[in-house]
Amino acid sequence: MSGKTLFDKLWKSHLVRENGDGTSLLYIDRQLIHEVTSPQAFDGMRLTNRSLWRTEANVAVPDHNIPTKDRDKGIEDPISKLQVDTLDKNCDSFQIKEFKMSDPNQGIVHVIGPEQGLTLPGMAIVCGDSHTSTHGALGALAFGIGTSEVEHVLATQCLIQQKSKNMLIKVDGKLKQGITAKDLILFIIGKIGTAGGTGYAIEFGGNAIKALSMEGRMTVCNMTIEAGARAGLIAVDQTTLDYVNGKPFSPKGELWEKAREYWKTLQSDEDAAFDKTIEINANDINPMVTWGTSPELVVDVEGEIPFSANRKFQPALDYMGLEMGVPIKDILLDKIFIGSCTNSRIEDLREAAKVVEGKKIADSIKLAMVVPGSGPVKDQAEKEGLDKIFLNAGFEWREPGCSMCLAMNADRLESGERCASTSNRNFEGRQGQGGRTHLVSPAMAAAAAIKGYFVNVTTNWNN
Amino acid sequence: MEKFQTFTGVVAPLNRANIDTDAIIPKQFLKSIHRTGFGPNLFDEWRYLDHGEPGQDCSNRPLNQDFVLNQNRYKSASILLTRENFGCGSSREHAPWALSDYGFKTIIAESFADIFYNNCFKNGILPITLDEENILSLFKKTESKPGFALMVNLDEQSLIDPSGSTLVFELEKFRKDALLNGLDEIGLTLSHAAVIRVFETNYQKKYPWLFTT
Repeated sequence: MSGKTLFDKLWKSHLVRENGDGTSLLYIDRQLIHEVTSPQAFDGMRLTNRSLWRTEANVAVPDHNIPTKDRDKGIEDPISKLQVDTLDKNCDSFQIKEFKMSDPNQGIVHVIGPEQGLTLPGMAIVCGDSHTSTHGALGALAFGIGTSEVEHVLATQCLIQQKSKNMLIKVDGKLKQGITAKDLILFIIGKIGTAGGTGYAIEFGGNAIKALSMEGRMTVCNMTIEAGARAGLIAVDQTTLDYVNGKPFSPKGELWEKAREYWKTLQSDEDAAFDKTIEINANDINPMVTWGTSPELVVDVEGEIPFSANRKFQPALDYMGLEMGVPIKDILLDKIFIGSCTNSRIEDLREAAKVVEGKKIADSIKLAMVVPGSGPVKDQAEKEGLDKIFLNAGFEWREPGCSMCLAMNADRLESGERCASTSNRNFEGRQGQGGRTHLVSPAMAAAAAIKGYFVNVTTNWNN
Repeated sequence: MEKFQTFTGVVAPLNRANIDTDAIIPKQFLKSIHRTGFGPNLFDEWRYLDHGEPGQDCSNRPLNQDFVLNQNRYKSASILLTRENFGCGSSREHAPWALSDYGFKTIIAESFADIFYNNCFKNGILPITLDEENILSLFKKTESKPGFALMVNLDEQSLIDPSGSTLVFELEKFRKDALLNGLDEIGLTLSHAAVIRVFETNYQKKYPWLFTT
């Protein structure tokens, strides 16, 4: 009999019962809650007069609608305000721990979970948000759910689930200097497509994954959903343990020792069988830039928009205002967004700051903004003087939130504007109706801000 | 949830792959704290020529006449026919809420994104997966015959067109049962409350650090 994958192990440890019809009841350790996908779930709880199964398993934070400037003035848009107020009220009445907008630890739900030690290795973690896959970077089983399932977890601490298949994406070799986790995951999505991981839980392994920091691993797992898989996973190693150690809600003392012993077992067995394995050579990867309206429409910055015989890409090209054969480096930009649950952690900001230090953004750039992922990320960046570097270069330095990743707050693209963005989705209208998004790494977005167009950050681009 | 009944409905063809949930229901409408009322904003950016905002009266907005749902022959459609990876992107359940509120009961596609697919069953929508050949043939029939309708019989897992030709589709039994019986899944899980409690007690002994916050 072959060994077990990490996903198999996590599945088994959370298995309450098999229902006999191909589904299982799975125990959930942590539910993260934000304002957009939870109000109807709380309504459902009230309508059915049900109470929370385990109050302390839930943690909430408003992030999608939160203003990133003049926060002391509150939320201007009354509909956004009502949604955030509703979260506050629901958390108060159900006594759920919430990092309110005014809390110094508030931030994007997928940034604060790991940062606070509220998401830990070995956990089953859910949230009404597809980028919950982020937390798989810690060796946890983490996936996004809909609002009906949010309610299900509130009421039962369980979910009825069908087990996914196992996929291994093995990345060996070494990423070149200046190539980041973002380039890697965009490369992978380009290779397997946005539906390539549908029906699978994807474990990322190999030397190049082991060499990534936790921030980098979170970026990779975050965008697993853009490859179609609900869950991305990375085995626990010393990097994971060092990251988790000392976080505000991480176990301490004897419990830490006990937890650590268990967490060390959270890897796929040597002889584990995967339903599908994909091998990637990290040495092959260059800075990546998306050019279309799906994350799979991505090329190397040195490349051109590909030709297709059957005009398959025409709707995407029309929307993006681009043509086949156009070199990526010829694309002129209007706005720059550095932020989102994909790339707003301290390492991301350091990489971007390194690029812009001592330089100015191009005159043609209408707005370049940095939105840190959380209060603690912002504080740390300010301690390191990164805010000054960005401000001196002409960037705006904002308060934490989801911001222009999906433009539910006031930060958005106007129709026709073109943005280099470190976020995760380049869908039509995602950053504002008619807005055009190019997904890139923080360093690539930073360099694009300086030049006004895309350059290859691994070269001597500023000469 | 209401039980899924056999019905006959007009098919609307949306010939595009990778339709994401941002396209199905744009983010500004996610600010609603209710489950209903999303229908008028389904596919908002494709359906209207102006920019839509929540709370707006959509009846006077300028329509994009090229968009399939605005064409008279598809106005009463309750079956949506589309291509691969429908519903990719965000986990927002507002997507199936909007489709259902508009009047769609069934979506036929080459494939669906996982979270969206799962969300459909919680909202009485039947997503049907067919292979490319059958999908292309349905596109042809839909586009060539105005008013083309299909009878959807979930119990028999069949789609029957007006000529009587029948297509059988696959569906996992638990998903079929959930729709046919209109099950309250939370109630079902709570019927196992004792089993969950026992699991939780043992689990806490094994992983005590998970019960400190």
